[in-house]
This record gives sequence, C-alpha cells and structure tokens, in this order.
Amino acid sequence: MRPIANTRSEAGIPTGRLAVWWVVASEIVIFGGLLASYVMYRLGNPEWAGHAAHTNVWLGATNTFVLLTSSLSAVLAHQAAVAGDGKKAAKLLYFTCLGAVAFLCIKGFEWTTEIQAGYTITSNTFWSFYYTAAGLHALHVIAGAIIMLIVAETAKRNEELHRVELIGIYWHFVDIVWIFLFPLLYIAK
Amino acid sequence: MSENAAHADHHHVNYIKIWKILLVLLVISVAGPFLEIQVVTLITAFGIAIVKAYLVAKNFMHLNLEPRYAVYLLLTMLMFVFLFFAATAPDVMKHEGQNWVKPRIEVVEAPVHH
Repeated sequence: MRPIANTRSEAGIPTGRLAVWWVVASEIVIFGGLLASYVMYRLGNPEWAGHAAHTNVWLGATNTFVLLTSSLSAVLAHQAAVAGDGKKAAKLLYFTCLGAVAFLCIKGFEWTTEIQAGYTITSNTFWSFYYTAAGLHALHVIAGAIIMLIVAETAKRNEELHRVELIGIYWHFVDIVWIFLFPLLYIAK
Repeated sequence: MSENAAHADHHHVNYIKIWKILLVLLVISVAGPFLEIQVVTLITAFGIAIVKAYLVAKNFMHLNLEPRYAVYLLLTMLMFVFLFFAATAPDVMKHEGQNWVKPRIEVVEAPVHH
C-alpha cells in the first residue's frame, strides 16, 4: 500500500504536495495582508521614509543573498531526491539549514544594533511594522529549518524522499516573502 | 516511476544559472537607489522583486509543472489580498473626501535614544 502523501488526490496532485500548496495559499493571505497594510500606511505617511532610512540595506542584501543561496541548495536537494540519492539530498538540506542559521544570526545582529539605537517595536508605527513583518518571517525561517532537519534525518536513510520536495516548496515561499520584504523595508527610503 | 520522478522528468532546469540571474537582479535592486531617481528606484526595487519571485516560483517551486489547480489556488489568494487592499486603502491613505473628514489621531512617539 502506498503512503497517503504519495497518493494522487482529486486535484491530480499527490496529497502531500497538495497540502503544502494549501499551506502556501494560507500564508499568502497572512503575509499579503500584513504587507498590504504596510504599503497603504507607508503611502499615506511619506514621513516614514525618514524612519526607513535607518534600516541597514547591506545587511538586508546579505540576507537576501543567503536566502537565495539556501533556495538553490533546497532545489538541488530535491534534484538529488528525485535521483534516489538520499544522502546527497540530506547533505544539501543541512546546507540549507546552515543558510537559515546564518540568516537568523545576521537578523539578530541587525536587531540588536537597532534596539540599542532606540528603535524598538513601540517607537512608532513604521518600526512596529518592521519588527512584526521581519519577526513573523524569521519565525517561518525557524520552523522551516526544524522541519528540514527532520526531513534530512529520514532522507539520509533513503526514506520518504518525496518530503524533500515538500519542504523545498515551503522554503522557496519563505524566500519569496523575503524578496518582497527587502525592497519594502530596506530599499524604499 | 514515483510521483517525484514524474514531476521532475519533464524539465532540465539549470538551477545554478537561475541562481546567478537572481544574484544579478539582487545587485541591480541594491544599485538602483544610488541613481537617486524615484522611478528607477521603484522599478529596480519592486519590478525586480516581481521578476525574482516569478523565477523562484517557476524554476525552484516548479509551479509551471503543477496542474492548473495549484496556480489558480495561489492566484485566488492573491486576489483576496488585492481586494483587501482596494477596500481598506482609501480609508487609511486619505484624510478627507466628499462630505467626510477623518479626524487626525495624535500619536505620541517614544523618545529615540542615540
């Protein structure tokens, strides 16, 4: 008997992958709502550009590089899983997790600097949006890294290799959210 | 053939090449504001963000290989986001209109310590 996650659903997509697409769909509304709110407040308050000038574009760009690279390793892990090489897939997933750790360390350094300079979540509405959006995204990075470690553990035994693609889809979505957060919070000054 | 293999067999994407293109786009989006032209900044920041998101969704998430169901599902959610924006943005962004004025809310900002 085949595992339920590998069985085709009525939609013509294996149920495991279908479930991940529904997770991504719900996340679009969560992050979309937050970012749409930020955009309308930002357009209604041009003086926010002054607050945004204090965000560090170089650290934001470095984190974008880290996430894009981790997305590459996640898709290469998927490619290895398709070829039936679970050990290689696991190694690439560990590398992706390393990207998640690097991202969080950079974010931690950035937030420490900003908080020490007096820009906290209660400073004003811009900084409230900044910490909420980046914080919610960071929580998704942490969740993704934990799931990836679990998937890598089974993948290196050549078991449940279809999960490598599933966590990859989620990880690429987390990357896409950052692709939009970066210009909104760092570049638009 | 497993579902995974069937899903991946249809394409031979050069992932490294896509990653390099994404990095070039990242450099352009960072360099854009240095020209100090607002239109250029908007295009290099948000236009490129859309292109980057498209490249990731198509080549890394393999959305182009999924049945239409998945694409329609995600587009429906995006439509809800735009609907939310269209319905609430005028109230947030405008301070007055025909026969109405929004009272200004005084916000006391916390002091910033340098």
